[in-house]
Amino acid sequence: MYSKKVINHFKNPHNQGIIKNPDAVGQVGNPVCGDVMRVYLRIKDDIIKNIKFETLGCAAAIAVSSVLTDLVKNKTLTEALKVNNNEIIKELGGLPAQKVHCSALGVEAFKDAINNYQKNKNAQKN
Amino acid sequence: MRKKIKKIYLDYSASTPIDKKVLSAMLPYFNNKFGNASSVHGFGQEALKAVDESRQKIAQFFNCSFQEIIFTSGATEANNLAIFGLIKALKRKNSKSKLHVITSSIEHQAVLEPFNALKEQGVEVTILPVKSNGVVDIEEFKRAVKDNTVFVSLMYVNNEVGSVQPICEIGKLIQKINEIRFKKWQKIEKEIRGDKPLMIYFHTDATQAINFFNCDVKHLHVDLLSFSGHKIYGPKGVGALFVKTGVLLDAIQLGGHHENNKRSGTLNVPGIVGLAKAIELFDKKIIEKSNKKIAKLRQLLVEKIIKIIPNTILNTDINQSAPNFAHFSFLRVEGEAILILLDLAGIAVSTGSACASNNLKASSVLLAMGIKEEIAHSSIRFTLGKQTTEAEIKQVIAILPPIIEKLQNMAPQ
Ligand SMILES: Cc1ncc(COP(=O)(O)O)c(C=O)c1O
Ligand code: FES
Repeated sequence: MYSKKVINHFKNPHNQGIIKNPDAVGQVGNPVCGDVMRVYLRIKDDIIKNIKFETLGCAAAIAVSSVLTDLVKNKTLTEALKVNNNEIIKELGGLPAQKVHCSALGVEAFKDAINNYQKNKNAQKN
Repeated sequence: MRKKIKKIYLDYSASTPIDKKVLSAMLPYFNNKFGNASSVHGFGQEALKAVDESRQKIAQFFNCSFQEIIFTSGATEANNLAIFGLIKALKRKNSKSKLHVITSSIEHQAVLEPFNALKEQGVEVTILPVKSNGVVDIEEFKRAVKDNTVFVSLMYVNNEVGSVQPICEIGKLIQKINEIRFKKWQKIEKEIRGDKPLMIYFHTDATQAINFFNCDVKHLHVDLLSFSGHKIYGPKGVGALFVKTGVLLDAIQLGGHHENNKRSGTLNVPGIVGLAKAIELFDKKIIEKSNKKIAKLRQLLVEKIIKIIPNTILNTDINQSAPNFAHFSFLRVEGEAILILLDLAGIAVSTGSACASNNLKASSVLLAMGIKEEIAHSSIRFTLGKQTTEAEIKQVIAILPPIIEKLQNMAPQ
């Protein structure tokens, strides 16, 4: 059912855990299945210096979380925001049809974190 | 080099391995004795003889007569035939009355979907709730019965949590209701009372019960009963429907008038021989012994898992379930993730029913039991079988706790 890459990321996810005193946190729940992903960001000079995730979800959701963190790490915010679901699915060697929706979890949790980061920054400016 | 792990199968309610004796009974009917049981020549008669003998063995097991067994392609078809076939016949006979039918919220899709279809056809449908242990409440059933109720379908053993339904009690109740209806009608003057009153027919899907419980149809007071070969160490793609003599049933699959014109299609002779052999192997003493062993192993599994893994919820009611079911919820993990990690460790289990695996929604059976959605998503079903050993259960007890812990640690607080 799952590709080798999905299984590998699921078994040994990258960047799993939390960041203490993060610069931003984002969280999103999947309305279809009730699964949840949270990301923690360390941002410096508009670059994702560090990212960690926590996910309650299926094997696909955890693999997606792992790949997302790989894809955005060390990128500028602008570049990182370009990462999309298709890229994640490609990186995972594909996902079973009924699991494609799980890929949304990663990008959306990340976008939520960036959103929170920018809101926070604007608030500090004012 | 990596040591090859010995696989552990704990999904016996999804399917069972075919018994060696069953397989060897079937084999001749694939080649040497390949005749069509409808053919008049010797080849055909040889096949027909095997079908007749098989039918006899099965009838004996269910304490019914030979012609009351209709062979089908499995329990799905048997359920469809029971539901649609009976309603079709009743509608033909009583075109004026609005018919009312009853089932439960924890039935297999092979019953629920036909009931949904009946609803669309204008039949009045009641779906009974269940108690928190996954058992239909007899009082709820009594309340649901109306004057126009003509059909009730309740499964014997649920295929997700293993709860046993009070089939015999409800069967007796229905018999009483039918007697009262008849007596009431008899009291009416002959000139004005019209045709005999509508009776309630009772069907049970006994697919998950055959291995463990009394399936004597007279004891159960059922009019129709479905079962399947591959859940009882027999072949896939074959099953049967018991239909009591006198119960109206129209064919839903039309063709060459096989099975007394109730189910057309060339008989699956090897499958039927295998089905009968699997049934024949249900020697009372052997069953009792094997069931005791299974119950003991389940007890071991349940006790240890509850003790070792904090906040485990056992969704199977030990006192009212088939002895091979152990259905758990583990908080803050997704059932599918557990399933995959167990599979990678060589242990085959299921999240709910096999059919639910393609569907990401929480199991409707668990929701019907009042289990919260997020807890329903965190569940895993173990079903033990004849070949399950203590060593296998101990292996599961060793492997499962760290898997749950690993996944719980990945989840947001
Ligand atoms: C209770 C119940 N009914 C019906 C079925 C369907 O049986 P079959 O696979 O023979 O169509 C199953 C098995 O999936 C079952 O567990
Ligand atoms: S099933 Fe929930 S995210 Fe995959």
